[in-house]
Amino acid sequence: MSDRIGVEARDRSGEVRQETMIINMGPQHPSTHGVLRLLLELDGETIVSATPVIGYLHTGIEKNTEYRTWVQGITFVTRADYLSPFFNELAYCMGVERLLGVEVPERAHLIRVLVCELNRISSHLVTLATGGLEMGAVSVMLYGLREREVILDIFEAITGLRMNHAYIRIGGVVMDLPEDGPARVRRLLQVLPERIDEYETLLNDNPIWRERNEGVGVLDAAGCARFGVTGPMLRAAGVASDLRKDEPYAGYETFEFDVPTRTEGDAYARYRVRIDEMRESLRIVAQALERLEATPGPVMIEDPKIGWQARLSVGPDGIGNDPEYLREIMEESMEALIHHFKMVTQGVRVPSGEVYQPVEGPRGELGYHIVSDGDHRPYRVHIRDPSFVHLQALPTMLEGYLVADLIAAIASLDPVMGGVDR
Amino acid sequence: MSPEHLAAAVRERLPDVYVARGEVVAVVERDDLVDALTWLRDREGVALDLLLSITVTDWPHAEPRFWVAYDLRSTRPVRRLRLKVALPGDDPWVPSVTGVHPTADWHEREQFDFFGVRFDGHPALTRILLPDDWEGYPLRKDEPLGGVSTWFEGARLPPVDERGMA
Repeated sequence: MSDRIGVEARDRSGEVRQETMIINMGPQHPSTHGVLRLLLELDGETIVSATPVIGYLHTGIEKNTEYRTWVQGITFVTRADYLSPFFNELAYCMGVERLLGVEVPERAHLIRVLVCELNRISSHLVTLATGGLEMGAVSVMLYGLREREVILDIFEAITGLRMNHAYIRIGGVVMDLPEDGPARVRRLLQVLPERIDEYETLLNDNPIWRERNEGVGVLDAAGCARFGVTGPMLRAAGVASDLRKDEPYAGYETFEFDVPTRTEGDAYARYRVRIDEMRESLRIVAQALERLEATPGPVMIEDPKIGWQARLSVGPDGIGNDPEYLREIMEESMEALIHHFKMVTQGVRVPSGEVYQPVEGPRGELGYHIVSDGDHRPYRVHIRDPSFVHLQALPTMLEGYLVADLIAAIASLDPVMGGVDR
Repeated sequence: MSPEHLAAAVRERLPDVYVARGEVVAVVERDDLVDALTWLRDREGVALDLLLSITVTDWPHAEPRFWVAYDLRSTRPVRRLRLKVALPGDDPWVPSVTGVHPTADWHEREQFDFFGVRFDGHPALTRILLPDDWEGYPLRKDEPLGGVSTWFEGARLPPVDERGMA
């Protein structure tokens, strides 16, 4: 290694020149949030240019959906941004529902809002935890993941899985909340506000946290528009843009909540916005829970061709189908068996058309561009993932800053590579 | 602003505009694309300043074969419009819109990567998600799916469209 890098050096002819160094960071680097790779051109500790290189987690989700039924598509899209599976399911299902022209029952809407807002909290907790770890705040990492675990336990109780749930389905949700579901969520509602206070006491006025985050990774509102940046990053730049308010879906207009904003547009402002959003999400969860008690009814639309998935009850051991149902299709009714076979292997045909369905994900506008040619499989599914879009703004946010700031900037951008690479 | 109002507001510039499933869709020629996007961005009361995504759809048995859709939105209040361009199958190119919306950079690279649609004037049109030495454009409908070779001698998992289901 040359000791002249980044300083003025004389070459053989005696001319003074500036040298820079190219450094490869990632894709196996603990501070790049997964398999993000950055090519950095450095002048000493200062970043001259940064080039993100992506694609290491590409799994062909968009192509895969074209060769599966509409229902099977859910199991793929839920794996795209693995920290916000419910939002992927919701956007995909809402898009297909619009193509089908069906209305979801009220109770299904409430359950969707409930799980999505819990998911928003769990996603922000990971952002906080990993971001903290990267700044050397190990206790924040432990606290954040501890609370996320409580939420994942609730998800497991409701859907059977901690991640990649495939719980939100076309026409509603696949099953109602379990008996102990509301009680579990209520316990969380008691605990979490104090815990969020704890993070704030730990970090808000922490000199190291502020020093590392304030004035770092700045992107103002105009910059956000140029790079298509939405979500907490846009709100931290002073724009109260939130699709739940601006273009309400799934009944969000009936909930009472605020859209937290800051004006600085730096990493610290994004941290504060995310903390405030967790509190707002808790408010929504509390309201959804209250209304769920007063709203009995189906969680899936009646149409048997769409709703069959919710009526395949699970056996007492939690594995396989309900014996009662199996007896009906295997022993009693040939027609029932034929119907079952057709519905499971092909499912519903969706009228041809094209929709773009956005939702407000934890990272920003998550959109699904869905095209149908009238078949029982999607013709084209394109995922507009906010992480993919936001990463483009990274070079602008980094140039001229120090390498140490890069860590804080990436953490505040909160990219999830599963969503970036899809 | 309702979709119908937005459609009426842009009709003077984009005559080929319609509303479908509550979404405003306008079709333009590829030569007019950059001008139309600039107009939509700068026009008072329309101000579609966010380019959200670019989606190519491949219809191999039709002509024009490729459709490129630009999903646009205004930041606040939210208005949405989709601009669509049709491309012939034997010469799929469209002008790059990175000059109007810098965010188009990666979106265009992604669609080039998957469909081989060229975005003329893009600063560096290279593959983005697939390896640089990948051959073919895998999201085209006529691209063979390919099976997966397994560790067992002579065994091969057939491509998904040959497995008989779905």
